[in-house]
Amino acid sequence: MVWQSLDIRRRSATTTPMPQAREAVEVAKLIDISQCIGCKACQVACMEWNDLRQEVGYCVGVYDNPPDLTAKAWTVMRFTEMENDGRLEWLIRKDGCMHCQDPGCLKACPAPGAIVQYANGIVEFHQEHCIGCGYCLTGCPFNIPRLSDQDHKAYKCTLCSDRVAVGQVPACIKTCPTGALHFGSKEDMKEHAEQRIADLQSRGFANAGLYDPPGVGGTHVMYVLQHADHPEWYAGLPQDPAISPLVEVWKGWTKPLAIGVMAAGVLASLIHYVMKGPNEISKETEKEVENETRPE
Amino acid sequence: MTNHWVDIKNADLVLVMGGNAAEAHPCGFKWVVEAKASRKAKLVVVDPRFTRSAAVSDFYAPIRAGSDIAFLGGVIHYLLANDKIHHEYVKAFTNAAFLINEGFQFEDGLFSGYDAAKRKYDPATWQYQLDGQGFVKIDETLQSPNCVFQIMKRHYARYTPEVVSQVTGTPRADFLKICEMIADTAAPDRTMTICYALGWTQHTVGSQNIRTMAMIQLLLGNMGMAGGGVNALRGHANVQGITDQCLYSEVLPGYLSAPADADKTRQEYLAKRTPKPLRPNQMNFPQNFPKWHTSLMKSWYGSAATAENQFCYDWLPKKDAAYDVLALFERMHQGKMNGFFCQGFNPLASVSHKAKVSAGLAKLKYLVVIDPLATETAEFWKDYGEFNPADPAAIQTEVFRLPSTCFAEQDGSFTNSGRVIQWHWKAADGPGEARSDLDIVGGLFARLRALYAKDGGAFPDPVLGLAWPYRIPRRPHPEEIAMEINGKALADVTDPKDPTKVLAKAGEQLAGFAQLRDDGSTASGNWIYCGMWSQAGNLTARRDPADLTGLGQTLNWGFAWPANRRILYNRASCDLAGKPWDPSRAVIKWDGAKWGGNDIPDMRPDARPEEGVMPFIMNPEGVARLFAPERMVDGPLPEHYEPFETPLDGNPMHPNNPKAVSNPAARVYPGDLESFAKAKDFPYVATTYRLVEHFHFWTKHSLLNAITQPQQFVEIGEELAREKGIANGDRVRVRSTRGQIVAVAVVTKRLRTLEVDGRKIHTVGMPIHWGFRGVTHPGYITNTLTPFVGDANSQTPEFKAFLVNIEKA
Repeated sequence: MVWQSLDIRRRSATTTPMPQAREAVEVAKLIDISQCIGCKACQVACMEWNDLRQEVGYCVGVYDNPPDLTAKAWTVMRFTEMENDGRLEWLIRKDGCMHCQDPGCLKACPAPGAIVQYANGIVEFHQEHCIGCGYCLTGCPFNIPRLSDQDHKAYKCTLCSDRVAVGQVPACIKTCPTGALHFGSKEDMKEHAEQRIADLQSRGFANAGLYDPPGVGGTHVMYVLQHADHPEWYAGLPQDPAISPLVEVWKGWTKPLAIGVMAAGVLASLIHYVMKGPNEISKETEKEVENETRPE
Repeated sequence: MTNHWVDIKNADLVLVMGGNAAEAHPCGFKWVVEAKASRKAKLVVVDPRFTRSAAVSDFYAPIRAGSDIAFLGGVIHYLLANDKIHHEYVKAFTNAAFLINEGFQFEDGLFSGYDAAKRKYDPATWQYQLDGQGFVKIDETLQSPNCVFQIMKRHYARYTPEVVSQVTGTPRADFLKICEMIADTAAPDRTMTICYALGWTQHTVGSQNIRTMAMIQLLLGNMGMAGGGVNALRGHANVQGITDQCLYSEVLPGYLSAPADADKTRQEYLAKRTPKPLRPNQMNFPQNFPKWHTSLMKSWYGSAATAENQFCYDWLPKKDAAYDVLALFERMHQGKMNGFFCQGFNPLASVSHKAKVSAGLAKLKYLVVIDPLATETAEFWKDYGEFNPADPAAIQTEVFRLPSTCFAEQDGSFTNSGRVIQWHWKAADGPGEARSDLDIVGGLFARLRALYAKDGGAFPDPVLGLAWPYRIPRRPHPEEIAMEINGKALADVTDPKDPTKVLAKAGEQLAGFAQLRDDGSTASGNWIYCGMWSQAGNLTARRDPADLTGLGQTLNWGFAWPANRRILYNRASCDLAGKPWDPSRAVIKWDGAKWGGNDIPDMRPDARPEEGVMPFIMNPEGVARLFAPERMVDGPLPEHYEPFETPLDGNPMHPNNPKAVSNPAARVYPGDLESFAKAKDFPYVATTYRLVEHFHFWTKHSLLNAITQPQQFVEIGEELAREKGIANGDRVRVRSTRGQIVAVAVVTKRLRTLEVDGRKIHTVGMPIHWGFRGVTHPGYITNTLTPFVGDANSQTPEFKAFLVNIEKA
């Protein structure tokens, strides 16, 4: 980790207030699907930079390989053949973490500090704190994190936070041969997307648009789509993603309630202590417990 | 490429046909993306498959593999019928007005002069009509029935949109839409670039495929223009360099035609290759042939080459027969070859008809494989079960493997598709005992020469007399080689106009090919590379990205041959008065005193426009050839012929002439003609190709590439899959008359069933990258299936169109 603690804006299962001293520019990756040729150079760059090697798989009748995200494959190309008004389109979407402004994974995570969000918007897993519960999988509206069979910890794209921290662009951006991938401030990326959308509209894609779904507070990975009215055409990109209601219940309105319940418990104990004095355990009981726990 | 990679961004229309640039050239493809984004260019893709290029195109149309000339001939017909040509350009810069011999004929699919027994043409009737001074007669009105324009018009009148659709399977409306888009670039300020690759070359009509496109670009006035040209995307980082340095038997370095048995003396050899101008005032640049050739001989044989001994002309091997790759393996297969050196080449995988190649290798006494990787060729004798059944006990070939370094482990240069030579520096040491190719060849030569010196031999002179001026003879350095290729003055080279002016002092590196002489006073290993390492140093190492032209010409980045010129024929980017056709993309112009501008002029710098010196300086007539009186063995005008394995009963253009089904002038070896499949047994059109995830047969040895594309597959359309009961992911067996492979089926909408000549045509698509060595899952060599027949002119095998059958395995 090359980030300083004052860059952390949110931390899973933590109620301590986060540092606010440093102002940060929000960053974003822009994936222009209309310029992507599906060459998978970004997949290779991702594996190389993060020094991960997925097992050699099999051809399962499609170009997608590896066929799905894994703990060692943090980005994959998803190919969809789509017929529209008698004309074929081959929609190729680079799938991976969307780095939500309002991250469902982080909200769902019960392990303190296993998931953090930096002030620039990047959401990162810190596997040394991960307890492998898989709640982040439930919390993610995009089906991104994967639990490793090897160490039972959750993994996903870091947006190359280590590179970004030292002023470099993510490895996938650096390697993209056609310039379909862009990285910069979220504001700049939105502006660039506008030009691209205007170009696509001039080429007959009337519904071209930007994918930056408000249901998760916007994302720090955005797509330019030829058919923004049908994100689901792109290998099931959700139309209107939102954090699972269960997570919202768990970490949303129930959270103050739970704190209230806990506080009530503490208060009750205090009252009990004041009224009845400390709990006492007889010497006999202590002895018994000791004997039981002593190794044979 | 007549233009270069960056120049693609200047195009208004990018046509990708006979190639799949996004798949095979993803880095260069960025300039197509740039043209679309910044210039509002349109991208059109024509291909049997809906490719990765098609995925980002504005318009895609399918075509039957092997029918490109029918499509492009149809475009020519459309342009002429709808008068969508650049008239001034065509009249001035092409041979449209030139008169052809009255005996020229095209009848029932054959040009005049055909000898069916020899499968050869006598081109006597294809020649220009000459006047008393030896100049071509012309008809400026373009009305004479014998002028090229009228002959061409008659020839392509048959290629109506209906016929095009019938032969190619391209829907008529799609074809016409593409014609309209192409025709739009006939305007002087609009250009189309065409990006093609092996999808055009690997046919028995490969050279004519490309010629048809060249004709279209000439009719539209797109040659010499920024954003125009005919652009071959080369399939290998340095395959342009290989071609330039002559690793083909037909030529010596720099495309100098190689001597044959018939060229008994140097005088005869030079005379045949030094043309006289065919029109007044033309540069006729090949008149300099003797300077290029003599400088080459001085580079090779040094002080041994003198005027008295004909500059060692007798030491050059004289070609007695064909030595292209098919001819080599044919000879090997007949048991007429003892040894074979295989350097950076994996023919068992990359040459067609694997069984024949394998049987040939088994007849050798020895095979030397120089390669960084464990190639299939080096282990052709080893049993790899179903993927390479072999009986080592029955094979006596002794195999030597000399591990070499790869490009990143040595200094050297790459010449890219755009002819830009770029120096590269060693990044790491090679592994183990690997040595660079130069070290290996240097070591071999030193030992061979010592043996010749000691023991003599049949003809030791060329080996003993070879100039070998390297500091460490066993280890020539790449810089020494580069300087030698550029060439130097052996005596003071003076200005022919002013003999007191010394252009290059003895011993100095030459500044360019204009300084080459035919008297033995200069040496140059390759005239077209002359200038790359002048007295100013290694110009290929320049890395100045500054683009003062706005066109991406970057004249101080590397060195482009010839003469650092980035766009060939750039004189044609101006009208007759020397004004750019499109001032917003001016390449060069006449400034009243000289030619200059954003490129090195492809013209004598002081040639005043009034002199009428035409832009195509490598032709003795000074103009481009819509009609080719020479150099094409299979006809002066491209004509559609079927692949040697056709899914049809004959050639729909010539249904009644069995001699005109497939290219009548293509070479076919005895035994092979009979082995070609018939559609009744092998009904499906197969085509082979590459995937972006892999590079030829190399990257199956790389884990990262293997992860992204791990296992062999073939692609079929949904309709064929239904007919055959094949589901996505099933294992299928694909058979041709030459063998079979088994692979996973990818069932896709991207391969359409086409309606051709009244029947349904299905295509089976086959990526080539697998083999029995590497870290991908082992696979079959796809070239087990491909036919052993090549293009009539280049002999490139017909990998792109043949017949197979397919069934569930």
